[in-house]
Amino acid sequence: MAASAAVRSSMGLTLRLSRSIPDCSTCPFYRVKSCVNSVGKLQRKGSFDSFRTINRHLQTSIALYHSEEGSSNAEDPEDVVNVVYIDRSGRRVPVKAKVGDNVMYLAQRHGIELEGSCEASLACSTCHVYVNDTHFDKLPEPDEREDDMLDMAPLLQENSRLGCQIILTHELEGIELTLPKVTRNFYVDGHVPKPH
Amino acid sequence: MLFSGLKVWTSRSLWIHRLHEGINGGGKARYSSCSPKVCIVGGGPAGFYTAQHLIKARPDVTVDIYERLPVPFGLVRFGVAPDHPEVKNVINTFTQTARHKRCSFYGNVNVGKDLSVTELQEAYHAVVLSYGAEGNRRMGVPGEDLSGVYSAKDFVGWYNGLPSCRELGPDLSCETAVILGQGNVALDVARVLLSPIDLLKKTDITQPALEVLEESRVRRVLIVGRRGPTQIAGTVKEVREMVNLPNTRPDMLASDFEGVKEALKDLPRPRKRLTELMLKTAMETPGEKEHERREKASRVWGLRFYRSPVEILADPERSSRMAGIRLAVNNLEGSGEEARAVLTGEMEDVSCGLIISSIGYKSLSIDPSVPFDSHRAIVPNNMGRIQEAPGLYCSGWLKTGPTGVIATTLNNSFDTVRSMLEDMDSGTLNTSAAKPGSQSINALLENRGVKPVTFSEWEKIDSEEVRRGAAIGKPREKLLTVEEMLQVAGK
Repeated sequence: MAASAAVRSSMGLTLRLSRSIPDCSTCPFYRVKSCVNSVGKLQRKGSFDSFRTINRHLQTSIALYHSEEGSSNAEDPEDVVNVVYIDRSGRRVPVKAKVGDNVMYLAQRHGIELEGSCEASLACSTCHVYVNDTHFDKLPEPDEREDDMLDMAPLLQENSRLGCQIILTHELEGIELTLPKVTRNFYVDGHVPKPH
Repeated sequence: MLFSGLKVWTSRSLWIHRLHEGINGGGKARYSSCSPKVCIVGGGPAGFYTAQHLIKARPDVTVDIYERLPVPFGLVRFGVAPDHPEVKNVINTFTQTARHKRCSFYGNVNVGKDLSVTELQEAYHAVVLSYGAEGNRRMGVPGEDLSGVYSAKDFVGWYNGLPSCRELGPDLSCETAVILGQGNVALDVARVLLSPIDLLKKTDITQPALEVLEESRVRRVLIVGRRGPTQIAGTVKEVREMVNLPNTRPDMLASDFEGVKEALKDLPRPRKRLTELMLKTAMETPGEKEHERREKASRVWGLRFYRSPVEILADPERSSRMAGIRLAVNNLEGSGEEARAVLTGEMEDVSCGLIISSIGYKSLSIDPSVPFDSHRAIVPNNMGRIQEAPGLYCSGWLKTGPTGVIATTLNNSFDTVRSMLEDMDSGTLNTSAAKPGSQSINALLENRGVKPVTFSEWEKIDSEEVRRGAAIGKPREKLLTVEEMLQVAGK
């Protein structure tokens, strides 16, 4: 319940932050997405010479807004969700996150190389992750559009999800997210690219 | 103030990033005495992903991207369908790469014509070719060059504003169109041909294309493949978009789906979901609402399986124009992905006024000094290292052949970078001698009267396009000629 409350409060934030409110869906996930998108639009207006970091900067400032608004806050132990990323080299990266965080943007804020080409709009599969079994079943069922994108993900498994569709809740405390080792193992595993 | 704050933050995060790299254990003998200069030929997704990964992986490398057109992003701009704007969000990531201080973009530079690959190799420690697949595979059947027959590559280039396709002027005055090939490009073309015009009006499709489509009389589109439903090349998202396309109804042949239901259980998940969707669309009696929707629809689309083109039939009244297509009926030999289409000897003629051939793109050789496998239409390579050409690398479709989505290109580009980093670390790629990089190349270009378009000049084009689009309720109205692009860029 606390989780949905947090999502709701961040929805409120969305409404305050974005000037145009997309009428896409009533699903709270899309609201979270549109929040992130509106940040994307803001950052595009800047012409800063920096690399991938604008994103993190603005994400940070969102967190600031959060605390200023007195909503979810990583400092508040009530809202903490511990997450472990296992990167492409097998390294475990523990991250102290908070309820309402989007797993893809969270990874990017912590320097974990999870791409998000389409910016959480369900048009690519670059944020594909594997979820550990115990937590996999706790996730809401994927949207049909997410399944369609997963079908294009290299090295799809039973426990595959798109990182951009996972929003942290208390229930997901301890979730482990493994990035697929798509590059070299792609070939080592016996995959031979088809001649064309 | 905000600006300087960001700068500080940027360098800190880079530092953190390097720290991670160190922990990763990748850092032995990494930092040679001079900073490696790498250039990339082709400013599409493969080029930008290659640049992005190089810059991230090594804090001392500088990357220059050369692009033939004045505008960047390749197929993200000229290939991705106008009604898929979300896919184009990746442009934001590419823009961050291009604005990075160790990355430069030089548009309007035609490598192979304005510059040779050898000249690039003299100026840079490493050259990555990522210029993609600009050619198209031909069907190789009589009548292929009759008027009314177009390649999907040109048709897509036309509605997406590719300067070389501006004057295509496709004739859409007929009722039935046949698309050969069942990949995602074929499905994109079918969707654009049948989409309600009001949907397209809100996209960045070019205004001239919109006007032709508005007058289009095409009511029925058949999408033809030589194998069966379980071998279709398109993916589930694109097929679902057809199924849900407003004002259209599916027209499939039950005979194409014989035995398909029984084969379902053995299919891997992506194939299975895709096949189930087609089966449902083709075979199930629609519910009341869907039935009503289909009844009202004025346009029709259909997949046709087990058919290969044999001949494009000329119009008996106007012999330079096509009036139909002769298809050979096939059987399948074997099963699954490897199944082969075998001719039965049976033929079938379909009358149509438009044929779009969408049987695949093909890479071309741009410089005789670079090895090229003309049979497979790729540069022969080992994990992105071009064979027998030290210092030369490739990524994207030139490396793998023209298949895959953005995630595939991302992985394949990162892979090439990893090969290059290994070579730098092992000394196979010598980066000890200083190289002039863009300095000498810019001098060469100036002597040859070529004016490169920088990224900030592209941003002028970008704002002009966005401005023109906003005036008519579109996200952008693309400039359609190289001349106009150069003019707006201030060249």
